[in-house]
Amino acid sequence: MPANQSPGLAIEVQGLQKSFKELEVLRGVDLDVAEGSIFALLGSNGAGKTTVVKILSTLLKADAGTAGVNGFDVATQPANVRESISLTGQFAAVDPILSGRENLALVARLRHLQDPGSIADDLLERFALTDAAARKVATYSGGMRRRLDIAMSLIGNPPIIFLDEPTTGLDPQGRIEVWQAVKELTDTGTTVLLTTQYLDEAEQLADRIAILHQGRIIVNGTLAELKQLLPPAKVEYVEKQPTLQDVFLALVDDGRSIGTHN
Amino acid sequence: MSTHFISDTAALTGRSLRHITRSPDTIITTVITPIAIMLLFVYVFGGAIDTGSGSYVDYMLPGILLITIASGIAYTAVRLCTDMQGGIFERFQSMPIARSGVLWAHVLTSLVANLISLVVVVLVALLIGFRSGASVTAWLAVGGILILFTLALTWIAVIPGLTAKSVEGASAFSYPLIFLPFISAAFVPTDGMPGPVRAFAEHQPVTSIVNTIRDLLAQQPVGSDIWVALAWCVGVLAVAYVLARLTYQRKIA
Repeated sequence: MPANQSPGLAIEVQGLQKSFKELEVLRGVDLDVAEGSIFALLGSNGAGKTTVVKILSTLLKADAGTAGVNGFDVATQPANVRESISLTGQFAAVDPILSGRENLALVARLRHLQDPGSIADDLLERFALTDAAARKVATYSGGMRRRLDIAMSLIGNPPIIFLDEPTTGLDPQGRIEVWQAVKELTDTGTTVLLTTQYLDEAEQLADRIAILHQGRIIVNGTLAELKQLLPPAKVEYVEKQPTLQDVFLALVDDGRSIGTHN
Repeated sequence: MSTHFISDTAALTGRSLRHITRSPDTIITTVITPIAIMLLFVYVFGGAIDTGSGSYVDYMLPGILLITIASGIAYTAVRLCTDMQGGIFERFQSMPIARSGVLWAHVLTSLVANLISLVVVVLVALLIGFRSGASVTAWLAVGGILILFTLALTWIAVIPGLTAKSVEGASAFSYPLIFLPFISAAFVPTDGMPGPVRAFAEHQPVTSIVNTIRDLLAQQPVGSDIWVALAWCVGVLAVAYVLARLTYQRKIA
């Protein structure tokens, strides 16, 4: 079957349905993701975000509806879809017993690339993991693991990357590290579909945001468009208070300059 | 199907073999139970068991080797279950690789780990007096039967590895397999067992496998036992393989 992709669309989903036994998780999901954009699928726990990602990455079969990824149908052309994507799962999918470098080289080898070692070294450098390259991943911090996870997803330059809750369980610094890595992805023209339950994450990263609720997309638009759904903002003057995150980061990042006792 | 099956399986096998070289405790805990049972039977119970002529350690080593394999494959289920829970299984499944290579890598790793364990157990048996004048051909036949038995039990282990909710649950299935040799001709001749137990002992797979290996090592003619043993191994292997593949298909559908 030839690829029949609408121009400019990396992902096209129509009427996607999926049930697990009696539980209807997806009840007709429609969404389009433009090439080279960051698209956030927002929803609370159990909204079905991970189910959408699993169907798009050929790990699950939909009960009804169609899904196209990079112009390939996930049901009939799964091998082509797998060539086009990379999945970074909810639980960092890295091998804790291997070193960071070995993890990267393994993925490079599985993508049948020449010279896995130097591909690994390049990515370690790019994700500031060179110093930890030879250490077992079990010794990495949460943020380092997730960075390694994202680095593994970039091997072979797949045009589309799925990030399933990339910052769940990370501390604030880890989140910012991951956000930085995601923003850099789109510089290379990569399309990113990310799921998150954090509203600020979608706000920070996404070109477009869709809210998945009770198995359907209830809104889909840019941040500005979503904001217009509410009554116009009224202007109020409020003293700018630092958020707890600002305080935390200022203390932790610049511990020396604030004059701790060390 | 996929042209990359061999290279993908090799890459994934290299990965899981590292898990063994980096945690050799899995080999140690695999061999410790069979070695303990061997010492117990040779030095405590053995004197009271009449197996006819020949040393008792020669008599019971085949059963100990099967127990070694039964306890070794628990780790195959554990490694597979850990991959399933950790998300790396899904990463591999979403990549353009030969998907079944993921299972074969675990199976080949199981084979290597069990062969290492078997060598360790045989070395300990040699230390406590096991001797065999068997020819190279007989040893190769013993090795072949043990490999077939390992493959059969490994494909059984794949099923709990894919389906278990917890790593502990994944390994629990192996306990009955470890005890199977006790109700067989592995440690005691079946003649003295009461009727139904004897009937079970004489017709379960372990007895024919044990008798075949024992005869090969003792340079005795193997008789029809070897065909029964091979039929059991191949039969269990085929059924376990089909069930494991079905479980796997359901898991990734």
